[in-house]
Amino acid sequence: MAISFEHVSYTYQAGTPMATSAVSDVSFAVPDHGYLAIIGHTGSGKSTLIQQLNALLKPTAGEITVDNFTITPKTTNADLKPLRQHVGMVFQFPENQLFEETVRQDIAFGPKNFGMAEADANKLADAMLQTVGLDSSYAERSPFELSGGQMRRVAIAGVLAMRPKVLILDEPTAGLDPQGRQEMMTLFERLHREQGLAIVLVTHQMEDVVQYAEQVAVMRDGRLVKFGTPAEVFSSEKWLRENQLDMPQAAQVAQRLANRGLAWDALPLTADQLADQLAARWPRKGGTHV
Amino acid sequence: MSNFIFGRYLPLNSVVHRLDPRAKLLLSFCYIGLVFMANNPVSYLIIIAFTLGAILASKISLGFFLKGIRPLIWLIVFTVVLQLLFSPVGGHVYFHWAFVNITQFGLVNSGYIFIRFLLIIMMSTLLTLSTQPLDIATGLASLMKPLRWVRVPVDTLAMMLSIALRFVPTLMDEANKIMNAQRARGVDFGEGGLLKQAKSLIPLMVPLFMSAFNRAEDLSTAMEARGYQDSEHRSQYRILTWQRRDTITWIIFVVAFAAILATRRW
Repeated sequence: MAISFEHVSYTYQAGTPMATSAVSDVSFAVPDHGYLAIIGHTGSGKSTLIQQLNALLKPTAGEITVDNFTITPKTTNADLKPLRQHVGMVFQFPENQLFEETVRQDIAFGPKNFGMAEADANKLADAMLQTVGLDSSYAERSPFELSGGQMRRVAIAGVLAMRPKVLILDEPTAGLDPQGRQEMMTLFERLHREQGLAIVLVTHQMEDVVQYAEQVAVMRDGRLVKFGTPAEVFSSEKWLRENQLDMPQAAQVAQRLANRGLAWDALPLTADQLADQLAARWPRKGGTHV
Repeated sequence: MSNFIFGRYLPLNSVVHRLDPRAKLLLSFCYIGLVFMANNPVSYLIIIAFTLGAILASKISLGFFLKGIRPLIWLIVFTVVLQLLFSPVGGHVYFHWAFVNITQFGLVNSGYIFIRFLLIIMMSTLLTLSTQPLDIATGLASLMKPLRWVRVPVDTLAMMLSIALRFVPTLMDEANKIMNAQRARGVDFGEGGLLKQAKSLIPLMVPLFMSAFNRAEDLSTAMEARGYQDSEHRSQYRILTWQRRDTITWIIFVVAFAAILATRRW
């Protein structure tokens, strides 16, 4: 079991009059090299949940397992470094974490903190710059003179350079244009497929969820209300609406067609599935392939 | 950072919370005068009773005040020890070495200093715990109004103050986020030697300043876009009204003050 939560609860400012429960009694498990999407309305506890995966927050109750690491309320700050290297974390608007003089130095910052020699870290930084789709001419530039999208790529390269086995993404595409969004998601998909990187994605983009995730966790008011495959989670539009979530766009179209009397074997969730299923229904005229 | 109580607001509904911020601000200033007036056990008992009464009325648990004192404890201990060792000679001398004297006078005095520190910190903690920062700013601006006659730009100062106060929690949040992001990249804040600790602040301070400057620029653009002009006479959304509970509080304070003036050793 790569990642598992067992009866995990988290309360902010526990023991004060301002104590607020953000996550309560959450249990689920994701297999090795999995791709998990966490969805839910704003304030449902998604961010609190993922910050516990590398012990930035320690659960107030329960136990979290990430590969060989166990995080409990009693986990001390002393031996967190191996865990933090194992679990890479890309925060919302990660470009806000850039600070070094050059892009290369900033990407090499993480690996150096985990004990890598400067020369090796710099070499790794150049490689990571390639991985995120920026050419080597950027290495010597100041991160602050780049565009927003480029800054985000540099920040993500900085996390990837730590060579994590689990990558946590907190709304990595927020504020990007559609093309940038797609490129970003394709990058993560490639890392997942080619390097077996386990991914935990927090997002409001249902299209990304059905496109990439293998499992989906739905949070509401700090509780896990549903856990399953995208097909299971997106099976009932009514249930989704009750939980203030949307269907993916392709599924919305499919649903409307269904309301007009078109019967699906299984409701298509992605644009590709929708196109394929529609194409299969269309009588082919004289062998022309669409 | 979450242990740092001083300067935080605790939203509760009590008489103390509802007092006019002007009344509370002035009272806190005068209270310091009151504390320095006391110089014998009876007068200190009166002040302690007054302070405990105010804390009880605020419905805030005493534990918060003790927490608020903790970060300042070394400053207090340092001052008390100085007072203890280097007081002018008076009363019985318990210990004497070179220029160090521990005397009865010094002992009593350092005890008083200790209590004074405690009381003043408690009262100012009570002020900030029970008053929203923006209310403090409005109150200060209102109290500074007379300075207009000597051409002090009171409104601009008040605007600066409320903007500064408004952005304290925002920047704290921001700092927290950046610290988390850098922790995730393997930074240990507050660990290792002094040099290492100072160095670990760079990845925090650079992004924090960047974001503060960006925010300042955005805010000024937004203000100008809505026609903000300096030194214009503007009306206020929050209007402070002096109420009966303010008068009653002040009467209690004046009575306490009079009692101390009557009981103190002249």
